[in-house]
Amino acid sequence: MTVGITSFGGYVPRLRLQRAVVVQAHSWFAPGLRAHSKGERAICNWDEDAVTMAVEAARDCLTGLDRSSVKTVILASTSLPFVDRQNSVIVKEALNLEESLAAFDVTSSQRAGTSALIQAFAAAANGPVLVAGSEHRKTKPGSEAELQNGDAAAAFVVGDKDPIAVLKGSYSLSIDFVDHYRGAGEEYDYTWESRWIREEGYGKLVPKALKAGFATFPFKPADVTHFIMPTPFKGAAEATAKGAGIPAEAVRDNLALVMGEAASAHPLVMLADVLQVAKPGDKIVVVGFGQGVDVLALEVTPAVTKLAPRIGIAGCLKNRVEEKQYTKFLFWTGNLPLEKGIRAEAEQQTAMSVLYRNRKSVMGLVGGRCTKTGTIQFPKTPFSVNPNDHAYNTQEDYPMADLPAKIMTYTADSLAFSPDPPLYFGTVLFAEGGRITVDFTDMSPKDAEVGAAMKMVFRIRAVDERRGFTKYFWKAAPAVGPA
Amino acid sequence: MATGIKDRVAILGMGCSKFGERYDAEASDLMVEAYREAITDAGIDPSQLQAAWLSVAFEAMNIGPSAIPLSMALRLPTIPVTKVENYCASGTEAFRGAVYAVASGACDIALALGVEKLKDTGYGGLPVRSRGLAYDMMANSGTAPGFFAQIASAYRAKHGVQRDDLKRAIAHVSVKSHANGAKNPKAHLRKVIDEATVLNAPMIAEPLGLYDCCGVSDGAACAIVTTPEIAKSMGKHDIVSVKALQLAVSNGWELQGSGWDGSYFHTTRVAAKRAYDEAGISKPREELSMFDVHDCFSITELVTMEDLFVSPEGGAMKDVMDGFYDADGQVPCQIDGGLKCFGHPIGASGLRMIYEMYLQLQGRAGERQLKNPRLGLTHNLGGMPNQNVSAVAIVGRYGD
Repeated sequence: MTVGITSFGGYVPRLRLQRAVVVQAHSWFAPGLRAHSKGERAICNWDEDAVTMAVEAARDCLTGLDRSSVKTVILASTSLPFVDRQNSVIVKEALNLEESLAAFDVTSSQRAGTSALIQAFAAAANGPVLVAGSEHRKTKPGSEAELQNGDAAAAFVVGDKDPIAVLKGSYSLSIDFVDHYRGAGEEYDYTWESRWIREEGYGKLVPKALKAGFATFPFKPADVTHFIMPTPFKGAAEATAKGAGIPAEAVRDNLALVMGEAASAHPLVMLADVLQVAKPGDKIVVVGFGQGVDVLALEVTPAVTKLAPRIGIAGCLKNRVEEKQYTKFLFWTGNLPLEKGIRAEAEQQTAMSVLYRNRKSVMGLVGGRCTKTGTIQFPKTPFSVNPNDHAYNTQEDYPMADLPAKIMTYTADSLAFSPDPPLYFGTVLFAEGGRITVDFTDMSPKDAEVGAAMKMVFRIRAVDERRGFTKYFWKAAPAVGPA
Repeated sequence: MATGIKDRVAILGMGCSKFGERYDAEASDLMVEAYREAITDAGIDPSQLQAAWLSVAFEAMNIGPSAIPLSMALRLPTIPVTKVENYCASGTEAFRGAVYAVASGACDIALALGVEKLKDTGYGGLPVRSRGLAYDMMANSGTAPGFFAQIASAYRAKHGVQRDDLKRAIAHVSVKSHANGAKNPKAHLRKVIDEATVLNAPMIAEPLGLYDCCGVSDGAACAIVTTPEIAKSMGKHDIVSVKALQLAVSNGWELQGSGWDGSYFHTTRVAAKRAYDEAGISKPREELSMFDVHDCFSITELVTMEDLFVSPEGGAMKDVMDGFYDADGQVPCQIDGGLKCFGHPIGASGLRMIYEMYLQLQGRAGERQLKNPRLGLTHNLGGMPNQNVSAVAIVGRYGD
């Protein structure tokens, strides 16, 4: 059995905060940030988090695959919405995967993404593994991290069916090197001096791990086609490659200018980005850094050429909207308490028993299809909605999340409270029949048109701030095609 | 075989409070205000009331649960009192309860009263409320104007209408209602406005601006009904009787099915057909003297005039722009100002519409009195375009 990555997917939110506007806002206080003025960073819409982005990356990854084959779901992140409620199981519900699978979250380190991927190769003995890395980290206004970070996710299926990249070896080093930390319950990181991190961390620990790794890998540093080493330090990846004997042209751009660094998910984001352009025979080395180092060595197979087209990181990077409102970013990340008005105070408590009973509809957008008449509807009900035959108890589960849709009616509601006013909502029609009236998201005024193509996306419906509960449901967003 | 409600029940008396921002009044004060006018008008003693129906939509911030608040406020003689709620059509529901009670012979005189206190929320627009725990998890998060704005997008797409042309037509709907409301001392909004004011107003839910939305008001309205025979025996003249009273409630077809295109109110078409059958009306455009329809939003009124088969499908814009529905038009609509200007205290609105028809038919509508009206139709809509309750009542002169 040759285990490898059999599929990949990526997700980068479409809004790109212009670094220059952030730097300008802080210029009176932290003029030194001027060095970070270039480019843009990806930011989540208000209704996105590490879970919703993981779902999007996973959907991209599962393009054309049989979802029922997945036996394990792993979600890696240091910015998960729940500390105690398994986030990977939320992802599983949204993807409408089988109940009979294993799921776990990997967190607490910037190495979470690469460690999860290494574990996915081990877990693949039990069947295909869906592994996703996703980050939406909260940063202090005025910090370097605020400018350097970017929100994104990547996902892979690891298994033995037509792998597109096989694992040739991995090596892990675990050392309590505290470049930064975030105590339990704290909102922000506490970070040590960057020079020390660069010299003692990236400068010494990564070369050590690479040397040990290459001692066991079946190819030499000089044979590496793609070297993936996310680091906020300019030139650090290049210096590391040079020291290890990896060709300079193999060093992958870390996407800092176009999206920022997605923390523990970034090695996976860069790997997904590489796999979209990789050729059979390419040799990939991935480095993850955080309380040690993970190194993975992969070799691309001819199967990569047969993979179905997908959006991927490249497609997401193309689907961009420049964002110049810094206060929007602050508000959405909980760093600026804007006046929301009394209308925003609506009760948001979730009855867990109701959510559990309706989990397939709410979390998976599973509707019903009448086995007698073929009528498709959402949600499933005892009597069919078909006006000519209200057949009783004839509906079977019918997943609707991936059905193409188009706008039937819409509005931009300025009265409703929305963190991103005006609130677009309306009714969308599914190509195969059935309809749903839902909130729209990721909208621009030009997207609001009867007949416009939409896709359903798993998003935050509201946050119950009083009880710390994130409520999810599906929304309609303008459709984005494969890259 | 059912024979329908036509001419089996007469309106004995009606009352309506001043609508508006009634920061001075509790719901009980509003109920008493409407009731005192109605019982004086009816000329009966409270001990003659045998049953009552109360309509309220937002009970939580209003009078709370049960029908007890009505019985207590009016000091009713410990009679059966039922509370009804059917979204914004609640007022007509209370009326229906009382009318059916009299028609069935269960009682001789019954009362219907609707009340709403909406201005104690601290913010504009309708209060935010739950539609049930499961529903809330799978619903959109828009407001009432947002829901009704949906109709505009579908109407435009279906009839190939330019946005600005539709904007101008619905602006005229509001300009007309403001002109009418200005003549109504009980109306919430009594200011004459022009088209430019409507078109330049702040956007609420595209394409509906501020003046495309009705007033959110406090108020109460009340009806006392009996049989025409009892009314006559009490020496009443110019008796107004119920000609039709119909209700159509969505069964989910519009919301979840595949046939509805979003450009019209399915239930209104159903209820209107039933009401015309019940009243024996075959040409509503010619036979009806006046309309008071549920103009929660200007677009609702425009589309409703097609759904009531008064304007041809796709033809309401022309009728509106031609002044067909103006006070001096062929069939005046919202002669009292409608929801737009009289105001919309939800639970009271259906009864308020009937109150205006009743006054007009008795020639007591003051400055806004129409010339010799014979039949009036009220249309009271609850819910959203894709799932709603549509109530159509027709009242007219008894004996016509």
